[in-house]
Amino acid sequence: METVLEILRGLHPEIDFESCDSLVDDKIIDSFDIVSIISDLNDEFDITIPAEEIVPENFNSAKAIYAMVERLMEE
Amino acid sequence: MLFTTSRFIFFLLGVILIYQLLPQKFRWIWLLLASYIFYCFSGIKHLIYITVTSLSTYLASIMLDKLQKEQASYLKENKESLSREERKAYKAAMKSRQRRWLVLCMLLNFGILAVLKYTDFMIANINGILDIAGSKRQLAFMNFVLPLGISFYTFQTMGYLIDVYREKYPAEKNPFKLALFTSFFPQLIQGPINRFDELKESLFAGRKLTINNVSFGTQRILWGFFKKLVIADRLLVAVSTIIHNTDEYQGVYVLVGMFFYAITLYADFTGGIDIAIGVAEIFGIPFRENFERPFFSKSIAEYWRRWHISLSSWFRDYMFYPISVSKPMLDLSKFCRKHVGDWLGKRIPIYLASIIVWFTTGIWHGAAWNFVVWGLLNCLVILVSQECTPLYEKFHNRLKVGNSFWYRMFQVLRTFWLMSFLRTLDCYQNVGLTFKMYSTIITRFNLMELFRGGLMKLGLTRYDYIVLVPAVCLLLLVSLTGRKGSVRKQLSAKPVMVRYLVYFAIFLAVLILGAYGVGYDSSQFIYSRF
Repeated sequence: METVLEILRGLHPEIDFESCDSLVDDKIIDSFDIVSIISDLNDEFDITIPAEEIVPENFNSAKAIYAMVERLMEE
Repeated sequence: MLFTTSRFIFFLLGVILIYQLLPQKFRWIWLLLASYIFYCFSGIKHLIYITVTSLSTYLASIMLDKLQKEQASYLKENKESLSREERKAYKAAMKSRQRRWLVLCMLLNFGILAVLKYTDFMIANINGILDIAGSKRQLAFMNFVLPLGISFYTFQTMGYLIDVYREKYPAEKNPFKLALFTSFFPQLIQGPINRFDELKESLFAGRKLTINNVSFGTQRILWGFFKKLVIADRLLVAVSTIIHNTDEYQGVYVLVGMFFYAITLYADFTGGIDIAIGVAEIFGIPFRENFERPFFSKSIAEYWRRWHISLSSWFRDYMFYPISVSKPMLDLSKFCRKHVGDWLGKRIPIYLASIIVWFTTGIWHGAAWNFVVWGLLNCLVILVSQECTPLYEKFHNRLKVGNSFWYRMFQVLRTFWLMSFLRTLDCYQNVGLTFKMYSTIITRFNLMELFRGGLMKLGLTRYDYIVLVPAVCLLLLVSLTGRKGSVRKQLSAKPVMVRYLVYFAIFLAVLILGAYGVGYDSSQFIYSRF
């Protein structure tokens, strides 16, 4: 989870990613950010996040991103 | 059949009447029939294309669904006996089989679109090359007539198929319901490009007409008519004069044309969408919004999140993301990070995917190089702006302009002019000519002509301007009011007299002040290529 938070803070250090749960809905992160996050997550966790996982529910919070990562690691 | 015709109004009234008289379970069937009747007005022989798209997508989606169910059943039955690797290999094999159906259907439907829309563009380029090579041979143009809404319904239906492939929702089992999703008449002329999961409940429900839906829907339609007939069709005369007489209208007229075209395009496009959304709303079907006060955007990136939202989100979800996170792209990114550096490695997927998406966005708008250039220039501005973000932040911190009203106003006006500047490529429809006209802004700047009655030389009379100025001010006022929420809801909270005065005034304005007659048809001007 800390790795996910570090990746997010690297993009937007001014945002409190621990408490925010509307990153996509409130347009805090945009499509460029999402691609960048995916690239870092793929490297850090040795997974491949496909395009179909790119839905607001999976990226609206650090928690949701981490849940997606854990699920893909198990598959 | 265009929206702003009495024929369409009578057609709509007929559809509503029969819809109301039918039992609930037959209503969606009536909407399908009505949509096909509507389609026939644009040419019966074109029905074949929309039918082929609908049927082929149905068949492909059923195959995908069948394979997905087969996979789920097999994995469930063999849960204990399969190792993790075997499960992964099986899933990959099944995904590959599904991909074949997906690709086949996409090739067919995008192929139909490509042939009908881009053959003459290819021929023009081949003829150009033959000419440069000194050959006297020239290929004959095919002059295909584009079926109504092909650019919209093809994208909408392929979006559905990709969603089924991604297992976002199961395939629609009834081919006629899918046919209705593909051909529902309000969305055919100017979109929006809808999503199946957002519409399916309401589209097939046969909901009864409610006073609220009919009232709000009618208001929206009326507002769309106002924008199209009072503003867009009227202002188009001036735009047309400027762009078709480039020897005479240079310098400041190019800026005037830019400004007028921005307003014409906005009024026509959003007006058409208002009518589409309003018609659907009458039947209790919620189309997604396609515009969110785009001219209040403070950057190009933000503009594209607010303009033609259904198209830009389609490209984002079905093109930008799949390309940028695809294996080849990730491999390329790794390669670049290893051999060139992190800086390029991280950017490569985003840059390449953006260029491909914006190239396609450009070509979607029209089969000509000016649209490609327009698309790529948008891409360039967005990427440069992205790279300059750290610089902008330093600037804001130094000068502390941040969120001040004047700085925000500067950002809004800058974005408006930049977008209008880029849109001029769409206007003159020729790259060389457009840049030549841009240059005359400096070389032949003749601002004084405007004060010497220049605006009266554009085909508009004093009466037209007397109508346009308050009409555009009203457009701006409604947009500003819209920031606080639905304008219709805010209006419905006002006293009855006020409400009905406003409705009646807009209705009268459309009847009396609408620009009618030959040559006043912005839809034909702007949308014949879709």
